[in-house]
Amino acid sequence: MLEAAWLIPAFPLAGFLLLVTFGRRLGEPWAGRLATLASAGAFATTVVVFGGLVAEPSGERFYIQKLFTWVASGSFQVDAGLLIDPLAVTMSLFITGVGTLIHLYSIGYMHGDPNYSKFFLYLNLFIASMLILVLGDNLLLTFLGWEGVGACSYLLISFWFDDEANAGAGKKAFVTNRIGDFGFMLATFVVFVELSSISYADILTRSDELGSTAATVIVLLFLLAAAGKSAQMPLYVWLPDAMAGPTPVSALIHAATMVTSGVFLLTRLNPILAQADTWSLGLIAWVGAGTALLAATIAVAQTDIKRVLAYSTVSQLGYLFLAVGVGGYVAAIFHMVTHAFFKALLFLGSGSVIHGLNDEQDMRRMGGVARFMPVTAATFVIGWLAIAGVPPFSGFWSKDEILLLAWNADGIGGKGLWLVGIVTALLTAFYMTRQVILTFAGRTRFFDVTNEELALAVEARQADFRQGVSTAEAAATKSLEAVAKAEADKTKRLAALTKAQETAAGASEAVRAGAPADDGYEKLVKALDKADKALPKAQTALAKADSGIESAQATAASTQGAVDEARAALAAIEAETLVGPPTVVTALTPPTVVAELSDHMPESFKKRRKYRPHESPATMTVPLVILATLAAFAGAINLPFSSDLHFLGHWLEPSLFGNEAEVGVSAGVKWLLAAVAITVGLLAIVAAFAVYLRGRSKPEFIERDILARAWRIDESYAGFFGGPGRRLFELTAWFDRQVVDGAVRGTATSLLSAGRGLRVTQPGFVRSYALGIGVGAAFVMIWFLGRLYA
Amino acid sequence: MVDAIVFVVAAAIVLGGAVGVVINANPVRAALSLVATLFGVALLFILQEAHFLALVQIVVYAGAIVVLFLFVIMLLGVDQAEDLAVEPLAGQRIAGVAIGGLMLVLLLGGLFLSGRGGSDGAVALTGQHSATAALDPERPDVDQLADDLFTRNVLAFEATALLLTIATVGAVVLVRNRGAEDLVVDEPGQAVG
Amino acid sequence: MEVTETWYLILSALLFSIGLVGLLIRRNPLVMFMCVELMLNAVNITFVAFSTALDDIAGQTAVFFVLVVAAAEVVVGLSIVVAVLRRRPSLTADDLTSLRG
Repeated sequence: MLEAAWLIPAFPLAGFLLLVTFGRRLGEPWAGRLATLASAGAFATTVVVFGGLVAEPSGERFYIQKLFTWVASGSFQVDAGLLIDPLAVTMSLFITGVGTLIHLYSIGYMHGDPNYSKFFLYLNLFIASMLILVLGDNLLLTFLGWEGVGACSYLLISFWFDDEANAGAGKKAFVTNRIGDFGFMLATFVVFVELSSISYADILTRSDELGSTAATVIVLLFLLAAAGKSAQMPLYVWLPDAMAGPTPVSALIHAATMVTSGVFLLTRLNPILAQADTWSLGLIAWVGAGTALLAATIAVAQTDIKRVLAYSTVSQLGYLFLAVGVGGYVAAIFHMVTHAFFKALLFLGSGSVIHGLNDEQDMRRMGGVARFMPVTAATFVIGWLAIAGVPPFSGFWSKDEILLLAWNADGIGGKGLWLVGIVTALLTAFYMTRQVILTFAGRTRFFDVTNEELALAVEARQADFRQGVSTAEAAATKSLEAVAKAEADKTKRLAALTKAQETAAGASEAVRAGAPADDGYEKLVKALDKADKALPKAQTALAKADSGIESAQATAASTQGAVDEARAALAAIEAETLVGPPTVVTALTPPTVVAELSDHMPESFKKRRKYRPHESPATMTVPLVILATLAAFAGAINLPFSSDLHFLGHWLEPSLFGNEAEVGVSAGVKWLLAAVAITVGLLAIVAAFAVYLRGRSKPEFIERDILARAWRIDESYAGFFGGPGRRLFELTAWFDRQVVDGAVRGTATSLLSAGRGLRVTQPGFVRSYALGIGVGAAFVMIWFLGRLYA
Repeated sequence: MVDAIVFVVAAAIVLGGAVGVVINANPVRAALSLVATLFGVALLFILQEAHFLALVQIVVYAGAIVVLFLFVIMLLGVDQAEDLAVEPLAGQRIAGVAIGGLMLVLLLGGLFLSGRGGSDGAVALTGQHSATAALDPERPDVDQLADDLFTRNVLAFEATALLLTIATVGAVVLVRNRGAEDLVVDEPGQAVG
Repeated sequence: MEVTETWYLILSALLFSIGLVGLLIRRNPLVMFMCVELMLNAVNITFVAFSTALDDIAGQTAVFFVLVVAAAEVVVGLSIVVAVLRRRPSLTADDLTSLRG
């Protein structure tokens, strides 16, 4: 049964190769189903191997399956092989189990994505690399898996690399991991130098040959490696940005599996840790505790649903490091397992919410989702209770173990560690409750107007009013023209009247002046008549023109009045400032009322109002349910009530070589510590309810800007590497160009100039050469004579 | 006694001719001085009973080689006197004379130092009496020379015959007119490259 | 006064040195060649002197061969001189500087 161990990584590798070749042709959904089958095959094989291992007696659960000789170089021999022991099998079980569930989930989540098959081949490659990491029987094979998961993480984070931000996030993750990989390599070299072997079978059993200094150096270097991979201070900055990848990736890689490799590594090497100086283990514990607290403080102010979970992951990984540092390897693995369940559950749940709300990720725009997505809500609640440490859910039992061991630790400030752990637990419960409330409870803020939409609507309305102003102005101009026209008309009529008057006056003058001849006299009289008739007509026309002018002026006045009104209205609108939705939200935040803008709302708003949020399909909800069940009941594997119930503890003994810390605390203190933890958790939940559901106090006090900006740590990194760091790099580059390359160039140049200098000795004159020959001959003669006679 | 006088006369001719070759600006005159030297050398050969060689010396060296020199001088029209007042290469004359003097000193030194080694003069320097080719004062030297040449040195003899053939062919090849592309000659005083 | 071979050898050394100096001093290629002939003759004198002194015919054989080779050498050398000086008769040894570095 144990011989089947090689199949465990073989299944996902085969899946990867098949998808590389045929994935594009298989397409949706068969590419996804193939990948899920491969992962399920690995899980089934793991269960079989698990059975085989259980069948072995407890002392002999350390099986090495050699696959082939990998490196044979003088005294450096490395075989590629698998180490099957309880630790490796435990890791493989939840890696393949959770991995298969996430594969199933992705079939639904990635529906419609153009790169569907590529996603699944990356996922399979990831599972294969992760399995090589945990199952490898020597440091080199583990490193192979280590690098493999790093590469897959990069590929999957920047899966949607058309967006510049996603590509950048992938690069950031890879580069930050690389710093850790450097530590891994150096540590491997030191191990080889000290023990002449890098296979676990040798170094774990012979670790007592290491001096404490060498062991400390190795531990510190591996701590660097683990800090990079498991996102601890100061190398945690890549994990929140890694949320740019699709949600199943975040769930699998950045919650359940890859990020636990660092802790796995330290646990695997527990004999070396036992040989190291105590302060180095204290460093591990404090790094973990510090990171846990730091990340928890940042999480309370995050508004992206996935970022909260990302910082939460960093925080929980800090707990794992804390456990390792105080010698609680069983507690670390226990919490790792429960964390895998509830964190994957929370991530997948958030993915379901995002999917159901049409890719909305900002919690301020969620709310009341429980109405639409009951299954998601119910499973999410279970995950929430687990992480908040509420008994009897699994998170409580594992976290309590860690806190107990922290209290128990001597010589490295154990009580301080416990205190930091408790405060972090308080914050964890608080921000997770906040997340649940903002997402699932209260009013559905999804249909509210956003700031951008508000701005667009205001713009549209202002444009409308501006349009009105210009129309009014056009009318006013036209009416002024009419006035002018009327006045011109009047002038014309006046002229006509004057002319008629003159004609009349002239005719009457002529008549009065004298009697001309008979014809002329009649003409004159006729002219006089005509003139007399024309006169009143012209006068009427003049009067009409006058009235025409008056009416035109009246119209002009009214249109001008309309222009002024329109302008006034526009000014009034431009002056007013509409307040959009706030940046800090609770479940009770009222909607932004925008009645006067309702005609000008943009398309996106109208579309959203018609959208119906819906529950996710079965391929997504079934994994949620399974994970919720596990998150609820997984505590049973290591209950603290009696030693018989420590299934996990006993199971892991062969891998721990007796390095698990002894708990020298009385039962009474244990109950007290547990009670304190529960109380703290419940207090935090109540406080979060008070702030976010009942509005008892303002959330701005808690959600400070500096927390939202993650204590400006990212910004300071960017500042350093952009500023002084860049100068350092440029200095190094300059050194390489000028000194190193310069030495090479300088050698060439000096040779050339030496040659040029030596040209002087070759003038080309035959007689000079003859002279040279003569001199040479003389010397030869002298030498011969000297030999013979001197 | 007679030998000594003949020797001195012959030596004077030889050295006079040699100096004449070196000193004469005109190449024709230098060639004629060379003839004098060659005659003197032939005299010395006769003095040492090497009659055949003396004859060959005159016929080949004076009669053929120097004639060849004169042919070339006349053919090319290079009988202008060389300007011996000017020496373009700095220090060449001094160095030349110095080397010549040094060589003379070394040779004479070698010659006289050898006296320390053994009985008389040059014998101790090098050389041994031959077992097979001893000079027989009775036989004519031609016969003895022929004897040595055609038995013990026949390979070298044939090789020199071949050499002469090659030289002839080579001379013809080097001198033939190739038309436009003749040997490239540098401009006076110009450096190449 | 008996003429010993030493006299011949001294004469030969003198002749050789004069030839050497001439070779280094003169610029005309033909005259330089003649100086080479002087040096060869000096060697011939030496060979014959030794032949007499050592009672060995081999010395004269050597002179024979020197003579032949000198003849061949003159032939080839002069043909080169002809080929070069045909173009420019005023050439001297100082003008042949293709070997300049």
